[in-house]
Amino acid sequence: MLVIEDLQVELAGKLILKHIDMEIQPGETHILFGPNGSGKTSLLMTIMGFPQYKVVAGRIYFKGVDITNMPTHERASMGIGMSFQRPPTLRGLKVRQLIKICAGGREDIDVEGMAKAVNFEDFLDRDVNDGFSGGEIKRSELLQLMAQNPDLLLFDEPESGVDLENMELVGKTIARLLGQDFQVKVKGDKPIRQQKRERRKMGLVITHTGHILDYVTASKGQVLYDGVLSCVENPREILKCIANIGYEECVRCILGNNTRN
Amino acid sequence: MHIREQYKKLALKAKDKNATIGEDVDLDQYEKEAPPPKPLSHEELCALPAIERELLAMAGIDVTEDGRSGTFFQKDVGVVHCNVKQEGIEVIPLRIALEKYDWIWDYYWKLVSVDTDKYTAAAELELHDGYVIRALPGAKSIYPIQACMFMEKDNLQQNVHNIVIAEEGSELHIITGCATAHTTKRGVHIGISEFFVKKNAKLSFTMIHNWAEEMHIRPRSAALVEEGGLFLSNYICMKPVKSLQMYPVTHLIGPDAVARFYSILVGTPGSTYDVGGQVFLNHPGNRAEIVSRAISNGGHIIARGHLIGKSPDIKAHLECRGLILNGGIIHAIPELEGHVDGVEMSHEAAVGKIAQEEIFYLMARGLTEDEATSTIVRGFLNVDIPGLPPQLKAEIDKAVEESDKDVM
Ligand SMILES: Nc1ncnc2c1ncn2[C@@H]1O[C@H](COP(=O)(O)OP(=O)(O)OP(=O)(O)O)[C@@H](O)[C@H]1O
Ligand SMILES: [Mg+2]
Repeated sequence: MLVIEDLQVELAGKLILKHIDMEIQPGETHILFGPNGSGKTSLLMTIMGFPQYKVVAGRIYFKGVDITNMPTHERASMGIGMSFQRPPTLRGLKVRQLIKICAGGREDIDVEGMAKAVNFEDFLDRDVNDGFSGGEIKRSELLQLMAQNPDLLLFDEPESGVDLENMELVGKTIARLLGQDFQVKVKGDKPIRQQKRERRKMGLVITHTGHILDYVTASKGQVLYDGVLSCVENPREILKCIANIGYEECVRCILGNNTRN
Repeated sequence: MHIREQYKKLALKAKDKNATIGEDVDLDQYEKEAPPPKPLSHEELCALPAIERELLAMAGIDVTEDGRSGTFFQKDVGVVHCNVKQEGIEVIPLRIALEKYDWIWDYYWKLVSVDTDKYTAAAELELHDGYVIRALPGAKSIYPIQACMFMEKDNLQQNVHNIVIAEEGSELHIITGCATAHTTKRGVHIGISEFFVKKNAKLSFTMIHNWAEEMHIRPRSAALVEEGGLFLSNYICMKPVKSLQMYPVTHLIGPDAVARFYSILVGTPGSTYDVGGQVFLNHPGNRAEIVSRAISNGGHIIARGHLIGKSPDIKAHLECRGLILNGGIIHAIPELEGHVDGVEMSHEAAVGKIAQEEIFYLMARGLTEDEATSTIVRGFLNVDIPGLPPQLKAEIDKAVEESDKDVM
């Protein structure tokens, strides 16, 4: 479980996140909406523990442990993983090497097989992110997460820049990473209902378009606006609302609804 | 008058002539003589003390001679071991070549002028030895030839002269290591090298230096590449020296001749490295590339490169990247000179530090900060070198790996 309590975060001396409360239960996936510059990436970076995002108040708990001041690599080994919106280029480091790093030095991982799953075999011997197109970056991030196999997965706009054909691949891969690819393949497999109940993986997905909702079952949607998480709603409803009346009005309306409840 | 006498005369005139670049070394302080080393058989080579074998291994020299087509090993003033295993490849001590073969005079001092400076002069006036490595027309070295210059006597000035010839259509790969014994701290190494790459020949020359804190190194080299030939030169120096200065000059003298230079430098405190080179592209289809990676780590590194395009349809690129870790200076001096229409020349130089962003990215994948830093540094030093045989790539990787501990 991920629990965020009254979190305030500063970046470069500016308060970006003013008051964040959030709870993601095992098995849940949340969708995060919000206008450009509202602080969505900042929230993910803060959960991942990047030091330039300064927590000035509040706490973050993961699996019952206070991780507010925990270094990034320890969070990673506790099972938090992130797909980056704009990852840096690592010259001289091959994708293949990075996948091994992500697997924590496990020797038994099948790099080729994993790469195949995201149509990325041809990139294994290229420098990480060097000249990758927008869609290729996303697949590279997914491949890294496959090797890492975290329990809490943070996706920062995983579908932006992905073409229609690859969207299905990306969507299905994310569903699989989140343990949502339920199927009864052989006799003796647990029934789907039980698989759903036993799902433990947690997800937090940033999206502008909502395409990901065609592939991933989300428990909740939230809107980050003006440094505050404004509502908890069905993500499709939120999307509709934003499309119809825009963020500002949408947040006001839902806020109104929430207070009336 | 024999030509050697003329060289001696020229050298005498230049014996006090300072080099145009690099710290001046007072050669009078150093000894020119040392007891001649005892020649060693293959078996005796393998039986060298472990500590010495390790030193040689770090410079890419394998005493077992497995996976090598030949070996040349010089210690201080003389040859210890000289052996060749492959038909069509010759490895000859220079002194013997000068005594026995007339053809050597077509190469000796033909690319480097004997009166360039006091270092070239010293190499003529007080020549110790050196090697001649030649691939006969069409011969292809299956394995690399290894050559080693070892310095054991303290305060010695070692003067060597090497000549490498890749005859028409041949392919020759050389790995050469320079190292000092553990007890040796102080000294000068002067190494003249002249490379001749004939029509459609391919020569790769990989040099790994492991010197000591009080050593001055003055290589003087030049190369000539004929039509369709390829000269690939790799240089790795990740250990301390007092000062090292070299500026090889390469002439591409036929159409489609190619020269590529790669260097990897790690500068430790108290060390000054002035490394770079010049390539003249004289004919259509000529290509040249100078790529360097430098990590200062407290040392002073000057990375030079000068490409001169004198014909249309040439391509030349210079890439110089520096990383300042733990202080030090990196000074990149890239120069491009186009003389005619139709040249295509570019350079890319960057000096900086490791981006925090990159460290955090790797930490998010589970690495500690130190592990992430060393992964990035290793990546930085990992240059793709097209055309280098895998064994030599492995030797370079080993040297980089080895230095990792020192860098961090
Ligand atoms: N290094 C920085 N210095 C100053 N301000 C920054 C820095 N990095 C980000 N910001 C600002 O912080 C705010 C939040 O940025 P963030 O990347 O979290 O937004 P976002 O919600 O992810 O936006 P988008 O939808 O465009 O990805 C923005 O106004 C951004 O310009
Ligand atoms: Mg963002």
